[in-house]
Amino acid sequence: MDQQTHQHLQGGVVSPSAQFWEGFARGVPIMIASAPFGLLFGALAIDNGFTLSETVLMSAAVYGGASQMVGIELFGQNIPAWLIIFSIFAVNFRHVLYSAAVGRRIGHFRPLQSLLSFFVLTDPQFAETERRAEAGRQITFAWYIGVAAPIYVMWVVEAWIGALFGNLISDPHALGIDMLLPIYFLGLVMGFRKRNHWAPVVAASAIVSIAAYTFIGSPWHVGIGALAGILTAVILAKPDDRPEVE
Amino acid sequence: MSDTFWIIVAGAVLTFLTRIGGHLVLSRFERVHPRVEVALNAVPAAVLTTLVAPAAANADWRGLLALAIAGLVSLRFNALTMFVAGAAVIIVLRQIS
Repeated sequence: MDQQTHQHLQGGVVSPSAQFWEGFARGVPIMIASAPFGLLFGALAIDNGFTLSETVLMSAAVYGGASQMVGIELFGQNIPAWLIIFSIFAVNFRHVLYSAAVGRRIGHFRPLQSLLSFFVLTDPQFAETERRAEAGRQITFAWYIGVAAPIYVMWVVEAWIGALFGNLISDPHALGIDMLLPIYFLGLVMGFRKRNHWAPVVAASAIVSIAAYTFIGSPWHVGIGALAGILTAVILAKPDDRPEVE
Repeated sequence: MSDTFWIIVAGAVLTFLTRIGGHLVLSRFERVHPRVEVALNAVPAAVLTTLVAPAAANADWRGLLALAIAGLVSLRFNALTMFVAGAAVIIVLRQIS
């Protein structure tokens, strides 16, 4: 069945605009939770010598909080350009896994829709998409972009606001900024707790990522820890709990 | 254009490649092996955990308490409530002690 027919069959039930707003409603809480980081990025970027336009450009073009933070932190020290670029790449490398996993859900998008969808494939975007697919619901482009739109637009605006008013944040530590990201990601992890082998996967990823963080260093702990969790799932998988494949 | 501009552009291009690369590689195969399917289904928990665990291991007691309370809240409430609860705990604890 081609995409057009498919949309028609589904279209009678929920219109694309209704799907967009349904996605939008999922995007707004993510937008609120990511606001502190968007603002903080803007403030820190100016501190580290970025101009206003460079700050806004980075949020608009990279659109990945952790890697942007690493990028500007290294920028503030006297580090060669290629190493800064490589660090951004290393921090974002986990998206290769998101991309492979989410590609199964959005394979029916048109080419331009796909390009745009992969461009905005952040951690929460991935988590939302996986959870909707897990609930057996179809991932449409309208829904997907509905999730992304408020997060992306505000992310860029926050860089700008943070850059203009960043000096108002006097003490990020007192505001618990260092813990907000882990708390946020814990929420995403908890959202998947009904999946097969969730507890052993989380335990393996946690132990191995802490060990890798301690003995090898950041950002390698992400890839190494993730690999340990994925291997655990593969080892524990029995033939009968394989999801059906076409 | 400044050096910074080119660093940002290069970082953005590489980031986009990570976001589309996994799909490009996987879509070359006609069928997804069941083991690969199991592996992909483990991706969310496996990757996202690595963004929490080292921070928890290196957090002060205030941070740990905030994470623990947020974790409990997430058992009953949605992600935003959980985030706000955790953020409130860490901010209050850092202010008073």
